[in-house]
Amino acid sequence: MRSLLFLLQKEFRQIFRDTAILRIIFIMPIIQLLVLPWAADYEMKNINISVIDHDHSPYSRQLISKITASGYFILEDYTPSYNQALIDIEKDKSDLILEIPASFEKNLIKQNESKLFIAVNAINGVKANLGGVYLSTIIQNFNQQVRSDWVQLPRFNPVLNIDIILFNKYNPLMNYKYFMVPGILVILVTMVGSFLASLNIVKEKEVGTIEQINVTPIKKYQFILGKLIPFWVLGLIVLAIGLAISWLFYGIVPVGNLLVIFGFAAVYLLAVLGLGLLISTYTSTQQQAMLISFFLMMIFILLGGLYTSIDSMPHWAQMITKVNPVSYFIEVMRMVVLKGSGWIDIKNQLLIVFGFAILLNGWAVLSYRKRY
Amino acid sequence: MKQFFSFIKKEFYHILRDRRTMLILLGMPVVQIIIFGFALTNEVKNSKIAVLDNSKDVATTSIIREISASRYFEIEKNLSGYRDIEKEFKSGKIKIVIVFPQNFNNDLLHFNKAQVQLIADASDPNVANTLTNYATAIIMDYQKRITNEMKLPYTINTEIKMLYNPQLKGAYSFVPGVMAMVLMLVCTMMTAITIVREKETGTMEVLLVSPVQPLKIIVAKAIPYLLLSMINIISILLLSVFVLDVPVNGSLLLLIAVSILFTLTSLALGLLISSVTDTQQTAMFVALVGLFLPTVMLSGFMFPIENMPLPLRIISNIVPAKWFYTIVKSVMIKGVGFSLIWKEVVVLTGMMFFFLVVSIKKFKIRLA
Repeated sequence: MRSLLFLLQKEFRQIFRDTAILRIIFIMPIIQLLVLPWAADYEMKNINISVIDHDHSPYSRQLISKITASGYFILEDYTPSYNQALIDIEKDKSDLILEIPASFEKNLIKQNESKLFIAVNAINGVKANLGGVYLSTIIQNFNQQVRSDWVQLPRFNPVLNIDIILFNKYNPLMNYKYFMVPGILVILVTMVGSFLASLNIVKEKEVGTIEQINVTPIKKYQFILGKLIPFWVLGLIVLAIGLAISWLFYGIVPVGNLLVIFGFAAVYLLAVLGLGLLISTYTSTQQQAMLISFFLMMIFILLGGLYTSIDSMPHWAQMITKVNPVSYFIEVMRMVVLKGSGWIDIKNQLLIVFGFAILLNGWAVLSYRKRY
Repeated sequence: MKQFFSFIKKEFYHILRDRRTMLILLGMPVVQIIIFGFALTNEVKNSKIAVLDNSKDVATTSIIREISASRYFEIEKNLSGYRDIEKEFKSGKIKIVIVFPQNFNNDLLHFNKAQVQLIADASDPNVANTLTNYATAIIMDYQKRITNEMKLPYTINTEIKMLYNPQLKGAYSFVPGVMAMVLMLVCTMMTAITIVREKETGTMEVLLVSPVQPLKIIVAKAIPYLLLSMINIISILLLSVFVLDVPVNGSLLLLIAVSILFTLTSLALGLLISSVTDTQQTAMFVALVGLFLPTVMLSGFMFPIENMPLPLRIISNIVPAKWFYTIVKSVMIKGVGFSLIWKEVVVLTGMMFFFLVVSIKKFKIRLA
């Protein structure tokens, strides 16, 4: 026990005397947490639109002003030809083209029917779809307006009508930050924990100081624990800072119990650190360790459900997320922070991550050799 | 010149003799492109939903059947009471609960009006929004069908054409993004530690007492990695075209040329990181933590840049991946020529020279 204390003392000194690392551990997550959530927003606004009006009638002008007044669209260009508008799209200056054919108004009134043509830059399919839907909705409203100009609709609605009532639970304002901040926080805690841990043992190997440890009577598990505990503490501190930031700057107060978050994080950090240590014991240079842990982290983070929904992934990718500790923490974090889930709701995730922790750390202890 | 070549040779040996690292460097981009190319998409499909049907009549059954037939939804559970809803949301993966009140069909036929409730788990607003839109569309379709397509007067028909990506595939916007991300990170990371490693292991002293100028030391460090990156570029392009089915509509030569330019920029950025840091740990941490999230989030492929607040739109301009992403999208998918992307090319070139000059300026020829 005493030798463990000495080891811990050594590790903490090593961390605290390297001011560069210390600064990175604390400042980088804070900055990223302050900046990045603002970037994550799927809500469409500021869609640039190019309009080609061959008609120049009161109706076509009304339609255009209705579109620009909607708040979603910015009239980027008002061109005479379709080709000109297409160049706007190629240059990424506009996202949508609306072409109003000649005699749009005449056809609408005389022949009861008229056509509009919309072309969307669909490279980003989801964005294109939403943009198209917004524009169609505006056109529909306009259509309704035109109709009521010409016909008196009967008071009693003869058409069958299904009313759809929407409830947005847990996040009624549809604030995307509520969703992103807890997720980004998980990523930052993970990165701080696993990267530093994976580099730590291998650094001793590369610099050569591991030999000094190998000739001492320190037990293997003591050595591993000595490496693990400091980063575990740091990880929890980063988490606490992160939660404070999300409260101060984004007004996010976890609906659930803080104890649940920290309890889960404590177990989760063990698992992630175990992974880092395992990488560390299997590699011989920091470069290798870094590349491998980077590779794994990238997969864990991008397939963790932070940015894209796991349900939409192909089946085999969903299988990968089953062995991905990050995806469990992101899920739990969101459940607790947004929905107020308790111990019982998250017990499956907790058990699985606990299993990871035991497996990875056990493996790390076993594979660390004091001999070459 | 001879010195210079022997330096390059030395750097090659560094890489070639560390088999494990080399394997990682060449294998990693391949695995990443495949995994992310297939798995990353902002489409929403196969979402699990639950139904609370208090009516269980002809209308509700056929609406439910249509919903479960769409590729967006999977009906996971049939609930029996309102009390279950909260429980499902808290523990399960249920994204939406559809609630039909009693006498749904009756109300619809006799009062011409019936209600259906969509209760969405809006903790993910994006998914909630998309799913409620899809569900609404399905219900509206049903309504339209039972009204037998009454023809209304004064109708404007809109015809929507999806340019470049008529099937609205997610890969078309994500694959170029993944390309930018993987190239950027691998290249930067590789060079970020080369100089600092010599500092840490003490071999820097040997380099500094040699008659080679700093410029040559730095350039010699970058060249082997440039070659490695070119292999990566080729494998990434081959995978995108043949495995992920993203076409190259523009000139392939132009695409390769700008990829090399982007690689150079990333390598230069790595060198810069390497010459301003003192330990490998710091260098790698800066390269990864500092670059990974900003590259993913600010390059525009995950989240559209035009939706961001103004300060972030300005910041996104200093992310090299953003410019490359724009170029790749234009050349690969829109098939445009150089005349429409020269601005981005100029920006990337400028960045590259800036990084190089600063890293040479910052390169210390004396030991601390």
